[in-house]
Amino acid sequence: MEFKDYYKIMGVARDATEAQIKQAYRKLARKYHPDVSKEKDAEARFKEVGEAYEVLKSPDKRAAYDQLGQGHSGQEFKPPPDWGSGFEFAGAGSGDPSYSDFFESLFGAQGRAGNRRGEAHAGQGEDHHAKVLLDLDATLHGGARQLTLRTPEIDAQGRLVSKERVLNVQVPKGILAGQHIRLAGQGARPAGAAAPGDLYIEVDFQPHPLYRIEGRDLYLDLPVSPWEAALGAAVKTPTPTGTVDLKIPAAAHAGTKLRLKGRGIPASPPGDFYVVLQIALPPADDVKAKAAYAAFAAELPFNPRASLGV
Amino acid sequence: MSPPEDQALHGAIFEESAVLTVKDLSRICAVDERHIVEFVEEGVLHVVETDAAEWRFTGAALRRARVALRLERDLELNLAGVALALELIEELQRLRRAVRVGP
Repeated sequence: MEFKDYYKIMGVARDATEAQIKQAYRKLARKYHPDVSKEKDAEARFKEVGEAYEVLKSPDKRAAYDQLGQGHSGQEFKPPPDWGSGFEFAGAGSGDPSYSDFFESLFGAQGRAGNRRGEAHAGQGEDHHAKVLLDLDATLHGGARQLTLRTPEIDAQGRLVSKERVLNVQVPKGILAGQHIRLAGQGARPAGAAAPGDLYIEVDFQPHPLYRIEGRDLYLDLPVSPWEAALGAAVKTPTPTGTVDLKIPAAAHAGTKLRLKGRGIPASPPGDFYVVLQIALPPADDVKAKAAYAAFAAELPFNPRASLGV
Repeated sequence: MSPPEDQALHGAIFEESAVLTVKDLSRICAVDERHIVEFVEEGVLHVVETDAAEWRFTGAALRRARVALRLERDLELNLAGVALALELIEELQRLRRAVRVGP
């Protein structure tokens, strides 16, 4: 297990005041909040910052953490055998139960108890939420997927723990990013005979190598040659339902958008498939190509900078 | 990679069929009904059927409510701040889409 330097993560000095720590947290939280940020590793960074703040904002936890001393950074870390004696941790957690092993080893489950919002309604178990990243194929064709979820559960001691759960789920065809798959009865199972809650799985998609996903529509950047764009052509184009011969209209230019209606994500109503043309220039790396370009230059009175007045 | 389909759990796309009440949102998000009402009053959530005896929301309100709750909790925002953040996030998404998608 690696030692976590919470001060470094927060970007504050070891003698930072509570106010400074709070200020640093707010700034980083805004920067990396997964609902706001477009940083690549936003979610991981946000968790890390949340964990650091969880420790440093609490005088008890911070004192305990400081006792570990410095110089651990990057090293294998094992908590001292008498660790935890004399400290009691309460305090509300950030709501996400998945803290690092380092945190768990120091503060354990009690370190983040008390963060449950609201109580389950009598007679039914609590609803659970999870988020998954699916491949685009899952929504294009539907199909079963093995989903690994981290869901909070209450263990035998009444503590909130994060449990990994693998579910085999039939992904509904046409589901869009931000929508939820509802699995009835897969939420919390309350003690006794009460009905279990439901599980809501929020869907997002892994980036696709070819297509950009915009809601229910898909976009493909399609390179065409200058003569295909100028004269028109039928070119082979990949689509989610297979390769098609796409007709490029004459006098097309870079950025021309061609729509294949109903060939996007098969939601209701189905999305469209957009092809955005890009002009690819042939390299002028041999005598023949250079001669062809020279012929262009000689034959075409073309000034690409006419609109600049030069 | 794909597991056999006959053993898979079947779920529906929640947003397509759901018509939600304040009570539903309160239960699914595990917050007080009062909190959901405050979201409506601040314009964070939109009611679709105002003339019905009870407020109704589309299924898309679930995600909005959950994002709003996360912003409130994680960034310690008040209601007005949440409403503003949501509007700016949506504007940003629109602009990003416009930039990426081109003319």
